[in-house]
Amino acid sequence: MSSQTKLLTMKGISKSFGKAVVALDDVQFELEAGEIHALLGENGAGKSTLIKVLTGVEERDKGEVELEGKKIYPKSTNEAQQVGISTVYQEVNLCPNLSVAENIYIGRAPRTKMGAIDWNAMAKNAQELLEKFDLKLDVNKSLDNYSVAVQQMVAIARASDIQAKVLILDEPTSSLSKVEVDKLFDIMKRLRSEGMGIIFVTHFLDQVYEVTDRITVLRNGHYVGTYKTSDLPRVELVSKMIGKDYAVLNQTLQKGQSDKEKTKTGDVFVSMKNVTHQGSINNMDLSIAKGEVLGLSGLLGSGRSETARVLFGIDQVTGGELEINGEKVHLSHPLDAIRKDLAFCPENRKTEGIIGDLSIRDNIALALQAKKGLFKKISKKEAQKIADEYIKKLEIKTPDADQLIKNLSGGNQQKVILARWLATEPELLMLDEPTRGIDIGTKAEIQKIVIDLAAEGMAVLFISSELDEELRCCRRIVVLKDMEKAGEVTGEDVNEAAVMHIMAGGND
Amino acid sequence: MKSKLSKLSQNQAFWPVMIFLAIILFNTIMTGGEFLKITIVDGHFYGRIIDIFRNGGKLMILAAGMTMVLATGGTDISVGSVMAISGAIACSVIKGNLLPGLNGSVAMAIILAVCAGILCGLWNGFLVSKIKIQPIVATMILLVAGRGIAQLITNGKIITITSDAYYFINGGYILGLPFPLYIVIFLVGLLLIFVTKTAFGLFLESIGCNPLASKFAGIKVDIYLLAIYTISGAFASVAGLIESAGIKGADCNNAGLNIELDAILAVAIGGTNLMGGRFSIFSSVIGALIVQSITTTVLALGVPAAYIRVLKAVLIIVICLSQSSKFKLSLGKMLAGKRKEAAAV
Repeated sequence: MSSQTKLLTMKGISKSFGKAVVALDDVQFELEAGEIHALLGENGAGKSTLIKVLTGVEERDKGEVELEGKKIYPKSTNEAQQVGISTVYQEVNLCPNLSVAENIYIGRAPRTKMGAIDWNAMAKNAQELLEKFDLKLDVNKSLDNYSVAVQQMVAIARASDIQAKVLILDEPTSSLSKVEVDKLFDIMKRLRSEGMGIIFVTHFLDQVYEVTDRITVLRNGHYVGTYKTSDLPRVELVSKMIGKDYAVLNQTLQKGQSDKEKTKTGDVFVSMKNVTHQGSINNMDLSIAKGEVLGLSGLLGSGRSETARVLFGIDQVTGGELEINGEKVHLSHPLDAIRKDLAFCPENRKTEGIIGDLSIRDNIALALQAKKGLFKKISKKEAQKIADEYIKKLEIKTPDADQLIKNLSGGNQQKVILARWLATEPELLMLDEPTRGIDIGTKAEIQKIVIDLAAEGMAVLFISSELDEELRCCRRIVVLKDMEKAGEVTGEDVNEAAVMHIMAGGND
Repeated sequence: MKSKLSKLSQNQAFWPVMIFLAIILFNTIMTGGEFLKITIVDGHFYGRIIDIFRNGGKLMILAAGMTMVLATGGTDISVGSVMAISGAIACSVIKGNLLPGLNGSVAMAIILAVCAGILCGLWNGFLVSKIKIQPIVATMILLVAGRGIAQLITNGKIITITSDAYYFINGGYILGLPFPLYIVIFLVGLLLIFVTKTAFGLFLESIGCNPLASKFAGIKVDIYLLAIYTISGAFASVAGLIESAGIKGADCNNAGLNIELDAILAVAIGGTNLMGGRFSIFSSVIGALIVQSITTTVLALGVPAAYIRVLKAVLIIVICLSQSSKFKLSLGKMLAGKRKEAAAV
C-alpha cells in the first residue's frame, strides 16, 4: 500500500519445535524489490527457521507471508520456487552427478516437437546463461568436476533464470575465496539492478557492509529491528545481535586475555616424536603440557585436523612414536585415547559430533559411558545429574535435558559436545574449530571456558582457522604447512605477523 | 489423571498394545465370544488366544533379534534361511545322517543347530562390519545360499524324525502353557535385561543415529554390529528348531519361507524406525503378536485362503497409517476443520 516496491512481507511469524523450543516468536520481515537485505543474528536467533518457513521446508505455526500483495503458503521448496522464491544454500542443493546444463534446466528442460528433451537447445541455453555470469564451463560435464564456488554460481544462475523474484542466499560465502566472493557480489549487484530482492544470510560483517542496503536483526527468535546499513555503526549492530552492550562484551574478551596470563605450564602430557600417518601428516614433533593451551595453526589441508585425528586414535600412527604421560602408547581406536584421558571435539559437528535423535542427556553421557564400558551403566539419575550440572555450568540454552540435540542451535550443540568430553574428566582436550559457525557471544564464552580449563591444569589443543582466536587463547602456537610442522611461536612472539610469516613459508 | 494417560500414550508400546487388543476385541465380537474361549484338556490350555501365543513364538523371537539389527540402520533378511539350516542340522543329527557318532542325541542336535545359527550370524556381521557391505546385500548372500546349504545337509530330501523329546520344543506343555511361550519369555527376557541393565541399548541407538559420531565418542561400532547380527542368527536358529519340531522334520524348501518379511513388519508395527535409532524390543514382540493375530483372524473368519494376503496388506496399511504422526496430524486438522464448520453453522 505504502510503496509499490514492497516485494515480500512476513508478519507475526511464529514457529516452535516440540513443546518447549520456540524458534520464532512474532517475527516480521520486509523485502523490497531491487534491494539486498541482510538477515543477521547469532546462532539460534531464528534466521534459518525464518528462511525455512519462507521456502516451505517448515510450516509456520502462525503468521502471514505476502508476496507482491498476495498471501502465499508454500508447502515445499518446489511450491516456493513456483511462486518465485529461490534459495541457494550453504551446502549446494544441486545434483553433482548430473551435468551443469541438466542442473540448470532440471524439471523444465526444453522439448523438441516430438516431446523429447532437446539436449542441444539445453546446452546452448545453459552456455548463454552462464556467459552472462562470466562463467565459462563445459555445460555437458557433470557438476562435481567444478569447485564448490562454481557450483554455487550455477545454483545462482539457475535461480535467476527461473525468474525468481526473491533470491535467498544462505551463508553462500563461507566456502569461497576472496576473488570468488567479489564475483558473487558483482552478480548480486547486477540481479539487484534487475529488480530482484535478495535476502543475504551471513556471519561475516565485512560483507554485510560491503554489499547490503538494509539489515534485519533477529535475536532468540525475536525481531529486533530493521535498519539502513549505512545508518548503523558496526558496534551497534553487534550489540543488537548479542543483546549486550558492546563494551561489556569487549570486557569479557579482555578478561579472557588477562586470564590467559594466569595459566601455568606444567609437565608434558602428550608428545609426538617424528609421527607420520601416510598421506596426512609427516614427521610431526609436538608436545603439549598440562595447563597449557597450544594453538595449532595453518592453512586448510596443512594437517591441523589430521594431527588431532592421529592423537585421538582415529588415524593410526604409521611411523614415529606417540607418548602419553611419558609412556609409549599405541592408539587403534578413539576408545583407547579416551581411556588415556584424551578428548576430542571434531570439526564437523553434525556428522562427527552430535547424535541428532538422542536427548541432550544421552549425548552428554555417551563418551563417559564408553569410557566406563558396557557393563557399568550410568543410571538415568546419574546421567540427569551430570547433564543438569553442565547445562548450568556451560549455560546451555534448553528447557531441560530431555530435548533432542538436533533441535538446539549450533552454538548450544557445540556446548553439549563440550559437556560430553568434560564429563569424562580428560587431561587433554582437543578442540577442532570449536567456534565455527557460532555467534560472537557464544564464541567468547567458549574461549573463556577453554582458558579457565587450562588454568585448572588441563592440557588443551586448540585448532582454529581464525588467527585472532588462537592469539587470544594460546601462549604457544605451532604452525603447520604441507602436512609438516613449519615452526612455532611462544610467549612474547605470539602475534599475527609471526604466525603469518611462518605460514607463508618464509624463514629466510 | 489425564496427564498420566497422555504420558502412557507417549510410550512406544502404547499403540501396538492398543492395536493388538483391538484385533482381539474385533475377533471376539465377530465370533460371538468364541475367540476368547479357553478350554482345559488334560490340564493343558487350548483356545485361539493360546494359539496366537504358541504359533507366534517363532516370530516374536525373530522380531526381538531383528529389532536390534534394524535399530542400527541395518537389516537381516537371512533369518528364514538360517531357520532352514538349523532345522536341517538338528533333524539330520537326530536321524543319525549327520555325525552318527552322537547316537541321535537331541541335546547335541540342539546345541549344534544353535552353533550353526551363531556361525551364520557371525558371517553376516563380518560382512557388514568389517567388509562394509550394505546389510541388505550382505544378508542376501545367506538368504540365497542358506537353503542350498540346508539341502546339502539333508541331501535335498525332506527328513522326518521320531523323537518325543524333540517334539516337546513345539508341542510340549509346562504348567498348562505351551513350551514355545517359555522359550520366548526366556530369550526375550534375557535380551531385555541385557539391553536395559547395560549400556547396550544406548550404544545401539547411538550407532543407529550416527555411526561416525558414535565411533568418535568411543563406541566400538564394529564389535557391536558383529554382536547384533550374531544374536539375530542365534535367535533365528532357535526359531528354526521350533518350526521343525512343529512339522516333526526338516523341510528345507519351506521352513521359514518369507518369514524375514513378517519379522521386519513386526518391528515396523512396533514403531521402531527402520532407518535406525530409537527402538523397543517389547513393542516389536507385540508387533509380532499383531502379525500373528491377523493370520489367526482371517482363518477364524473363514476367509478363503486367496484373500488372506490381500486382507493382510490392507490391515498393514491401516496400522501403518495409525502410527504415522503426519497422518494423525492431518487427520486431526481435518476433524478440527469439520468441527469449526459445524460450529459456524
